[in-house]
Amino acid sequence: MTMTPVTSAPPGSATDVLTVDGLSVRLGGRDVLTDVRFSIAAGEFVGLIGSNGAGKTTLLRVILGLTPPTAGTVSICGERHAARKGLVGYVPQKIQLDPDMPIRARDLVGLGLDGHKFGLPLPSRARRRQVEEMLQAVGAARFANERVGNLSGGEQQRVMIAHALISSPRLLLLDEPLASLDISSVQEIIALLARISAERGVSVLISAHEMNPLLPVMDRIVYLAGGRAATGTTSEVVRSEVLSGLYGHHVDVIRVHGRILVVAGSGDGLDIPPNPGEQPGAQLPGAQLGEQVGHGQSLSHGPPDDGPPDYGRPDYGRPADRP
Amino acid sequence: MTGLLHVLFAPGFFTSPPVRLALLTGGLAAFVSGVVGAFTVLRGQSYAGHALADISVTGGSGSYLIGISPLLGFAGTGVLAAGIMDSIGIRRPRGRDLATGIVRGAGLGLAALFLYWDTTHSNTTGITVTVLFGSMFTISPAVIPLVIVCSVLALAIVAVLYRPLLLSSVSGDLAAARGIPVRIVGLLSLIAIALAVSLSALTIGTILSTALLVGPAATALRITRRPGRATVTAALLGVGVTWLGIVLAYDSFTWPPRHDGWPVSFFVVALTFAGYLLAQLVSGRRPVRRAVRPAAGRATGPAAGPAAGRAVRRAEG
Amino acid sequence: MFAAFMINTWIVATMVAVVAGVVGFFVVMRGSAFVADAVPQGAFAGAAGASLIGVSTLVGLSVFALAGALGIGWLGRRGRHDVATALTLVLMLGLGALFLSFTSQYSAEIFALLFGEILGISSAAILPVALLGLVCIAAITVMYRPLLLSSLAPESGEARGVRAGRMELLFLVVVAIATSMTLPVVGALLIFSLMIGPPAAARALTSSPQRAMALSVVIALALAWVAIAASYETNWPVGFFVGVGGAVCYAGGRGWAAWSARRPDASRPAASRSAPA
Repeated sequence: MTMTPVTSAPPGSATDVLTVDGLSVRLGGRDVLTDVRFSIAAGEFVGLIGSNGAGKTTLLRVILGLTPPTAGTVSICGERHAARKGLVGYVPQKIQLDPDMPIRARDLVGLGLDGHKFGLPLPSRARRRQVEEMLQAVGAARFANERVGNLSGGEQQRVMIAHALISSPRLLLLDEPLASLDISSVQEIIALLARISAERGVSVLISAHEMNPLLPVMDRIVYLAGGRAATGTTSEVVRSEVLSGLYGHHVDVIRVHGRILVVAGSGDGLDIPPNPGEQPGAQLPGAQLGEQVGHGQSLSHGPPDDGPPDYGRPDYGRPADRP
Repeated sequence: MTGLLHVLFAPGFFTSPPVRLALLTGGLAAFVSGVVGAFTVLRGQSYAGHALADISVTGGSGSYLIGISPLLGFAGTGVLAAGIMDSIGIRRPRGRDLATGIVRGAGLGLAALFLYWDTTHSNTTGITVTVLFGSMFTISPAVIPLVIVCSVLALAIVAVLYRPLLLSSVSGDLAAARGIPVRIVGLLSLIAIALAVSLSALTIGTILSTALLVGPAATALRITRRPGRATVTAALLGVGVTWLGIVLAYDSFTWPPRHDGWPVSFFVVALTFAGYLLAQLVSGRRPVRRAVRPAAGRATGPAAGPAAGRAVRRAEG
Repeated sequence: MFAAFMINTWIVATMVAVVAGVVGFFVVMRGSAFVADAVPQGAFAGAAGASLIGVSTLVGLSVFALAGALGIGWLGRRGRHDVATALTLVLMLGLGALFLSFTSQYSAEIFALLFGEILGISSAAILPVALLGLVCIAAITVMYRPLLLSSLAPESGEARGVRAGRMELLFLVVVAIATSMTLPVVGALLIFSLMIGPPAAARALTSSPQRAMALSVVIALALAWVAIAASYETNWPVGFFVGVGGAVCYAGGRGWAAWSARRPDASRPAASRSAPA
């Protein structure tokens, strides 16, 4: 039961910031990605959604040029090779820093500007101004002189975003930035990213296993499952037929109070509670449903064939799906 | 046949009392080091082992000053240092390495002072060499009882704590959840390392005792992943390497350049290293799972590898 | 203690301290404690071998330091890193013992190489030591930013073309060079204390990396000078003062950090999430 992935823009358009065409990656004997194709236009905010092990990090690494693809191409602003390095800003998942480390937030942001340059590090007023401006833009000015290891998760995330943004990239890649944040930090970071994207015209590709927090701000979604991708708006892609095609078995998509839930269904008339958040113990065979565990932790394990991820999030209170 | 024997073993080998003593103490020290070493490597504590070895230099050199048996000095400071290292014990592996190194530096500084006093006050030369590089052929028979006590103690710790040690090596949280006092187990394991290292310090010197602790164990773990087998293999390898080293050192008395023998500690270390290299090459290009960044220097901390996990599951039944 | 024959010692000690402070800053930043400890001990064998065949000690040191550093890097890639380092290091020490056993100055030379010797530094030695020191400092200066980035956020560095493996290798080489110039004065076993203690103290005093490195140098200089003066006065080995002094620096740093964290005005409000984005 295969379905051609839905795309809302033909790949290879000259004005696109990112074009991924026919991308396949085989790692350790396993086909991690198969024939992935999508493109991102300037200023677009795109969510890369998939459960753990779906291949999100692999895709990001290929885009960054860190992992070579088995087949297919990636081009950024039309560039295919080394020249594209300056065009992409990358926010890795988490950096482990001791509180003892003598490195302040402003130092880390400054490294985003010239951290890759060999040679004599000369202080310059222009550089300081740039760092200040970036710190203000992400709301990190008040802890600019604190050690990065002392900052909270959300604060560190802001610093890493500033670090990636300061070199004026056209595309910002974020690898699961929301995974270990608490709910209010998640909201703040998403709002920050949306604002930056709008103000600076930077395209954003943010990977997550939870699509619900991103629903209000995403222009389009790239949904990864079974090594393949479906691209389009949320209403185009997150539909039972499309996702079932990706997963290779039947899944149901339920929209409840502005939230989207993807569950594996056996199709035999099971009772699905209208508000999953209120019944944390609800267990359905073949599904992993229910209360969010911790903050942003996916309940699915292993390759996607084991079952779809849980996308329920109680008390989110966000408006309904953006058209 | 006798001709071959004569080539391998220089005349007088089997009848010489110092050689017999060397075979006994060296063998015992190597055996204990192999057993304790298996867990040291599993727990990723090679650096701690090395640090304890260096710190026991302080005890060794101090022992000559106050006239007690060097083994007592080694063991005493080793155990004390184990306690200090455990109490400084910082959670983060990086912090632990730094603290270990600093304590080691302070201990060695003190050792320098003691050795200086040794040579100036008591007018005996060669203490530096003896403490640092061992005195395999000049061990006094009086130390045998202490050797046996230390050996039994170290082996007892390992035997009694076998399963908790394995479990807490894989995951401290897992062990704590089962009610294992992780802190105490950690301290006892450090003490066992200190004892093993002291024994080797007597025979091949403090600086090189790490070789017997880490080498045979690492080699054994390349050959087999099961901790029980690895422990036995490590012990046997250690004893074999030591005995072979003794033979070669004895034979080397006729070798150039000075015809008074090459240091036995050198042979033991070289053979250990050769064994490890051999095991590496033979076991093929089995890549170890690595993080993005080469963890240079991150030597302490539980060895959380897939192999260790499998080992625990097998050991558990 | 400022007699003519001690001038050389002061000059060399100053250069040694500066290099130790600069390189040590990154050793602490990268957590490369074990490697930075192992390379000097490997270099010991080189010095021993050099004196055996009559080559300049410095050459022997450098060759073995480099070989040790690269060997540790290579072996570490194939197997467990800490085991590889431990074994390489111990093999080098064993070789050193072997070489020295061939000489007649066994005991005294071993002591000097392991624990340091402040006397008998010839004027001829100053120039090569200065050159090596300059190379180290120049290398660290040129690599400063990529090395810092790679140490703190390696993935971000990789995305910009700063390969972590290459940085590690370059850094190991710098450590090897720094080792060969510091070893004769401070001794193989105690270089580490000089490289670790001052930066550990410095980072407790300031949060800025540039200032932390500068402070490392200052504290290292103080430590080295005090150690030499004390050694001269008491005739005790300089290694004793370096080892104990390094521990004092480290303890002082940790104590200061703990004390300043306890001061009420020093701590930031913990949950300041109410601030607008």
